[in-house]
Amino acid sequence: MEARQILALAAKELRDRLRNRWVLAVALVFVVFSLVIAYAGGAQQGAVGLRSIEFTIASLVSLVIYLVPLIALLLGFDAIVGERERGSLDLLLALPITRGELLLGKYLGLAAALALAMLAGLAAVGGVLWQQFGRAGLFHYAGFVGSALLLGLAFLSLAVALSVVARDRTRASGLAIMLWFFFVLVFDLLLLGALVASGGSYGGEAFPYLLLLNPADVFRILNVFSLDDMRSLYGLTSIVPPALANPWLMAVAMLAWIVAPLGLASWRFKP
Amino acid sequence: MRADFVAGAAAAAPPADPAADTPAIRLRGVHKHYGALHAVDGIDLDIRRGEVFGLIGHNGAGKSTLFKMMLGLVAPTAGQIHIAGAPVSGRGFRAVRRGIGYLPENVVLWDNLSGLETLRFFARLKDVPAAECPAALDRVGLAHAANRPVREYSKGMRQRLGFAQALLGAPQVLFLDEPTTGLDPQAIRAFYDTLATLRGQGVTMVLSSHILAELQARVDRLAVLSAGRVQALGSVQQLRELHELPLAVALRLAPTDLPAAEATLATLRQALPAGLPGVAGLAPQRTADGLQLHCPRAAKMALLQALAPLGPRLLDVLITEPSLEDLFFANAGHTRPPQEPR
Repeated sequence: MEARQILALAAKELRDRLRNRWVLAVALVFVVFSLVIAYAGGAQQGAVGLRSIEFTIASLVSLVIYLVPLIALLLGFDAIVGERERGSLDLLLALPITRGELLLGKYLGLAAALALAMLAGLAAVGGVLWQQFGRAGLFHYAGFVGSALLLGLAFLSLAVALSVVARDRTRASGLAIMLWFFFVLVFDLLLLGALVASGGSYGGEAFPYLLLLNPADVFRILNVFSLDDMRSLYGLTSIVPPALANPWLMAVAMLAWIVAPLGLASWRFKP
Repeated sequence: MRADFVAGAAAAAPPADPAADTPAIRLRGVHKHYGALHAVDGIDLDIRRGEVFGLIGHNGAGKSTLFKMMLGLVAPTAGQIHIAGAPVSGRGFRAVRRGIGYLPENVVLWDNLSGLETLRFFARLKDVPAAECPAALDRVGLAHAANRPVREYSKGMRQRLGFAQALLGAPQVLFLDEPTTGLDPQAIRAFYDTLATLRGQGVTMVLSSHILAELQARVDRLAVLSAGRVQALGSVQQLRELHELPLAVALRLAPTDLPAAEATLATLRQALPAGLPGVAGLAPQRTADGLQLHCPRAAKMALLQALAPLGPRLLDVLITEPSLEDLFFANAGHTRPPQEPR
């Protein structure tokens, strides 16, 4: 692997997203949604406004779980298949670069664009929290932002992997939406359904560990178990074993969700 | 490969430079199978250094697959491909590819980059100094549009920009797939002028084109591909001679002299050996200003001698060599489409 080539590819991807105002548009979406949800997140409990950093994070967890995977999948689904369909992939692959360098360069460039957009949005809420509560608790918020970035990178990795295996952009976009539905909406329902159907007699102990098979759940555990208030808010203390409460372990699980799809993509992306 | 249609191998003079002994491109037993489909079905080919080599074939003949395999984009099912003595894939691929330039059939670049930014991007990936980019743009006549976004480029300008990126880094082997697609006549001439300059610098070029008339005068040798195999290989002239394609002859005569000329040709037909290939083509057809016929190459002098007695009644004689198109249709296993009457 040659860093120069990877950086050249990454820089082009990032510049593309900056020039076509993708980063700006997504950053605005994040700013608006995160500010609104941070302010109105407690409405169900009959109050609006910033109550605490913990409650703000609790409100933003749902936003991130719905929005970040979708944005990451839409950003990366055509990374390779798009170039192939347009006809520029052959030109790139005839250059003195490896397929791995092309894949990694594209991924890093897209990751930088996603991170920029997310940080711009989430930093706006961070600024408001700082004004309201001072520095105390910003450490937790920084952890939340970091885990949100990891979640985005994991779904971006999935998107790049499907952009390698998909035959065309249409199929790739369909697969991206299916992945979003599966991980964000269906996966937990399936687990809960299985648990309820079996009356908890089969696999009850394995159930919490199955959550590791979904990066969105890893993100949820990472944030819920990092804060006491949130554990009680979600009422999950009893079902998730203490082993999964280790943030570093969850961070490693999230890193695995970044590396594994990229590894699969690299394996499939052969001449 | 049919041995009787392979020309030129024996005619090649021994090279003085030992390095020149290694072909620029060597293919040995190259196959590419997609299930039951044999896209490329056993190709052995040497393309010499500094040679301009044409690759022609109808759609589905295996041309594109062969191009992609030579570039290392598609792995052969069997066989080996070497560029300048090194395998096109494997550990040394980077050095090999730095010496290669590629212009694909449909040049697709990135609309939001300017022409100069596009070249700088390719230069970084090729490890070529960015300072070369303005000169490369100038070489293809795009210096004036260097800072315009590619989305504002015409198809011909994009093609020229694609050619500029292929020239970055002074490649020793150029692969040009349908290179004149979308170019206007002036740009086509400029393109082939550049190719002539590169040829003078010893650059090896592999060209494919459906516009056979363009290739005819510009390639040193060519291969006619059909059904994944090389059906014919050699220079245009060698293939003409080997294939014994008849010459096209047009005789300009006054209408009153047509019967005399037809009688002369009938006598010639009877005088020639009955087994001579193509002798039936000597039966003339009347045209608006005389006669046209197809004469076996071996009977050309006999034809001229037979026509001599017509003297001044023969207003003009036009003898045309078979074109590359004729050779293509003769070798690619397809019948030539019917010609419009003149």
